[in-house]
Amino acid sequence: MTTIADPVSLPELTTDELARYSRHLILPEVGEEGQRKLKAAKVLCVGTGGLGSPLALYLVAAGVGTLGLVDFDVVDASNLQRQIIHSTADIGRKKLDSAAEKLNALNPAMNIVKHETMLTSANALDILKDYDIVADGTDNFPTRYLVNDACVLLRKPNVYGSIFRFEGQASVFATEQGPCYRCLYPEPPPLGLVPSCAEGGVLGILPGLVGVIQATEVIKLILGAGEPLIGRLLLVDSLAMRFRELKLRKNPECPVCGPNPTLTKLIDYEQFCGIAPASKEEIKVKNGVAQITPVELKRRIDAGEDVFILDVREPFEYQIANIGGKLIPQNDVPQRLAEIDRDREIIVHCKSGGRSQRIAEFLVQNGYPRVINLAGGILAWSDQVDPKLPKY
Amino acid sequence: MTIFIPTPLRALAGGSKALEVSATTVAGALDELTAAYPDLKKHLFNEQGKVRLFVNLYLNDEDVRYLPQKEDSPVTATDTLSIIPSIAGGL
Repeated sequence: MTTIADPVSLPELTTDELARYSRHLILPEVGEEGQRKLKAAKVLCVGTGGLGSPLALYLVAAGVGTLGLVDFDVVDASNLQRQIIHSTADIGRKKLDSAAEKLNALNPAMNIVKHETMLTSANALDILKDYDIVADGTDNFPTRYLVNDACVLLRKPNVYGSIFRFEGQASVFATEQGPCYRCLYPEPPPLGLVPSCAEGGVLGILPGLVGVIQATEVIKLILGAGEPLIGRLLLVDSLAMRFRELKLRKNPECPVCGPNPTLTKLIDYEQFCGIAPASKEEIKVKNGVAQITPVELKRRIDAGEDVFILDVREPFEYQIANIGGKLIPQNDVPQRLAEIDRDREIIVHCKSGGRSQRIAEFLVQNGYPRVINLAGGILAWSDQVDPKLPKY
Repeated sequence: MTIFIPTPLRALAGGSKALEVSATTVAGALDELTAAYPDLKKHLFNEQGKVRLFVNLYLNDEDVRYLPQKEDSPVTATDTLSIIPSIAGGL
């Protein structure tokens, strides 16, 4: 559990702070001592995206004295539907700069620490060690396992939230008495089975809902108030608007938090999650499917070469932007193979390259001799070939 | 009993959110489910026929892995079986 210093060594509240936090101070569960605990607390927020936005805003509003942010991304127009810490004017700016500016404006007395990096096995322990609590707002399995293992090794609570389409999960992992993320999910799913939010979509308010649950748990851990989500997995279904709760147990055979751990230092999480390091050779051929860049495809089209471009996105995506390929949505491909000419070279594309890679692999398995995937999809085409093509 | 199908697997279960089965054990319920929707099988079970480690099965609010009879646990018509897959989204 987090250990916030004894009352004597807690920082005093200024006159301004007594006024600012008056609604907290009159709550017996917070009071002046609780507010001083918040002021003394150091919380690390991994990611300043969908979950990180509400998390960071509410923690800083609540008076958490030190908030660290880890991110290396820049603000994109497609983020703004849910990442409410960023504004239209921030498109193209570093998310860290955009977020820090908003947080400083909200509560200038708070200390915002920017870690402009991708969290890795090499830097995670060093970054996490200075914080009391870690809130995980990342978007991929390798970083989820990395954050969990680093939290277990450093004995820091990991306030977890995760979202997919209309559903979310939240829990508090890696406390001394409770289970960790690996107790719940000993292994990651195989690559490609669970689509990312970029591929599967996400309701914009869902990370708001789940991020605020995470912020609530962080505050409760700092205050030592209420019943934290330790040993419980909260499931949020925003379409049904139903919250369910499942019991989590500490796995006695957990490789990282069990009594006989086999994992005592951080590992290669990309490899653990089945993501092979991207060497130059592997970029050209992925799972037996050759890859082509947008620039190379454009050159071949302009040269008048015979290529069959297969667009496996959905019709509504085709309406937003297309490069003139034949549209067969991914789920229809198995029934519509007759429309795909085996004798021609097939170049498959989607939005960012994930769906098209799976369909390309499917075509290879079905005996198509020449199948190529457009790496990076139509987004990369817009970036590298035709900036006028709308991105979505 | 009712089996709740999570969003990522619904496309493989005819789009259903929940299905009623008449089996009397957890394993029987899963057999009935995968017999109706064979595409679900490889997502739920490994080559040895064991439930995959990234798939969690909950009988009501209890993890099936920690029930004394595990997948052989008896079920009644009012029980629910939830399939809880890993999700990672957050940005």
